[in-house]
Amino acid sequence: MNVTTRPVLDVSAVRAQFPILTQTVRGKPLVFLDSAASAQKPRAVISAMVNAMETQYANVHRGLHWMSERTTEAYEAARDAVQGLLNAADRSEIVFTNSSTGSINLLAHSYGRGILKPGQAVLISGMEHHSNIVPWQMARDAHGIELRVANITDAGELDIADFEAKLADGKVGLVAMTHMSNVLGTYTPAERIVKIAHAHGARVMLDGSQAVVHRRVDVQALDCDFYVFTGHKLYGPNGIGVLYGKRELLEAMPPFLGGGDMISSVTYERSTWAEVPHKFEAGTPAIIEGIGLKAAIDWVQAIGFDSIAAHEARLTVHALARLSAIEGVRVIGHAQDRGGVVSFTLDQAHAHDIATLLDRQGIAVRAGQHCAEPLMRRLGLDSTARASFGIYTTSEEIDVLADTLVRVREFFA
Amino acid sequence: MPDRSPMFDDLRDLYQDVILQHGRKPLHMHRLETFDATAKGDNPMCGDRVQVWVAYAPDGAIAETGFEARGCAISIASADLMVESVAGLKADAVRGLFAGFERMARSGTCPDCEPLLEPAMQRLKPLSGVHEYPSRVKCATLPWHALVAALDGEKEASSE
Repeated sequence: MNVTTRPVLDVSAVRAQFPILTQTVRGKPLVFLDSAASAQKPRAVISAMVNAMETQYANVHRGLHWMSERTTEAYEAARDAVQGLLNAADRSEIVFTNSSTGSINLLAHSYGRGILKPGQAVLISGMEHHSNIVPWQMARDAHGIELRVANITDAGELDIADFEAKLADGKVGLVAMTHMSNVLGTYTPAERIVKIAHAHGARVMLDGSQAVVHRRVDVQALDCDFYVFTGHKLYGPNGIGVLYGKRELLEAMPPFLGGGDMISSVTYERSTWAEVPHKFEAGTPAIIEGIGLKAAIDWVQAIGFDSIAAHEARLTVHALARLSAIEGVRVIGHAQDRGGVVSFTLDQAHAHDIATLLDRQGIAVRAGQHCAEPLMRRLGLDSTARASFGIYTTSEEIDVLADTLVRVREFFA
Repeated sequence: MPDRSPMFDDLRDLYQDVILQHGRKPLHMHRLETFDATAKGDNPMCGDRVQVWVAYAPDGAIAETGFEARGCAISIASADLMVESVAGLKADAVRGLFAGFERMARSGTCPDCEPLLEPAMQRLKPLSGVHEYPSRVKCATLPWHALVAALDGEKEASSE
């Protein structure tokens, strides 16, 4: 099956590559609208991982035998794939971690301890996931740096004026901001953020956990200093994440975790570090997951981000129209530039009740605070339900969601 | 009562009419003007919040309980039914009732505690359907954690 040459995404051909989508849940066809939490895996990813374990597995970077050499090649090919995905200038700028959370913690510990000076500040936004809040609080408390928050508007966009104001005194050493909100679906204006931050002497980390799935990301065009994402939202396995960093910045940073694989030499008196990226990759890495991530990237790129973005833009427009038309439904967030993550509330029912009823119809959504408690407080909400879309989501599934929500409201009326 | 869609018929063990009624129009959702103890319960994973106020009678039994809550139908209904079931009970009896209720919420029944705790357990029985929904058990038990914390003189429920 070749979906690469089709101008419009052939969704049924895509869906046929996801074994799990043929499952029924509670006697109903699975309607999986929770891809922002974790995406399903195409057969290409599953097969690559199984194949590696069945035919060519050993530890990497240390064996002098055939199996280790082949596995090292396959694992390191994942680094090349990520370099290509992000258009990084050099493969050594790709550090593997265990997740986006792991990447941000690495940066917060290493950059916070080694580069930022007491009195300097880290600036985040008012729509961050907890994973881009808590590590900076820990760095603040450990290293005497300040944590600042740039406001968001009522529409759910970054308040650029406030962002600039928070940079004005020149104390901000690092901006750490989401590239796409996991609650509001908002894309932040990454290029503009980077330009403004650089003009104020601040480096920029973008959290691409959501964005990298839906759009082509070019770290050189963005000129961001760091970019993080995770494998499992990109149709790959969990247990592997990425920290991209400009090479000179990574080289200046102290290591995070110590252990094997990250050293150049070890004596009892002192150790010296391996070159980047290995300096940041202590211990046996997630080998199979790296191989799976490469398969996911190859698979996504074969389909192409133009098709993916167009498909998801159509879905988002359709979903916003259908959901907004339901009496009592309130869509949360109205950013101009937004993607396929739609949070909503229903006047007659709490998000948990919505989720439980939808689940009975085989519809998987997320309900709650979405690991973004400060954002929920800013919005004056305790919880929302969230439908999020992936490459395999269909308009018909959104119709099933909308039709069922009408019945949910009746149930609680 | 409006017509209920047959679409959700198999959910009626969880959302019994009593639950829907108490969830929609709770009878005891108000703070007490004068009270002897109060405590909050918070489930940060899902955003449910509850505060419970208690006033004691001269003999130490619960004279009045009120609550404020933001949460799902299950948690609101559970708080409302809790208020009704603990009226006139002393602290130890409330703890015993909570232990029985928690067992019922997790397993569906509490065979060894029912004779003792009737009729309070009967009043709470509509919530027993929650045991088939493990992720929702904490919705039902959160108000109880807050109540027991208040009885213990704590400001915040410590568990869950």
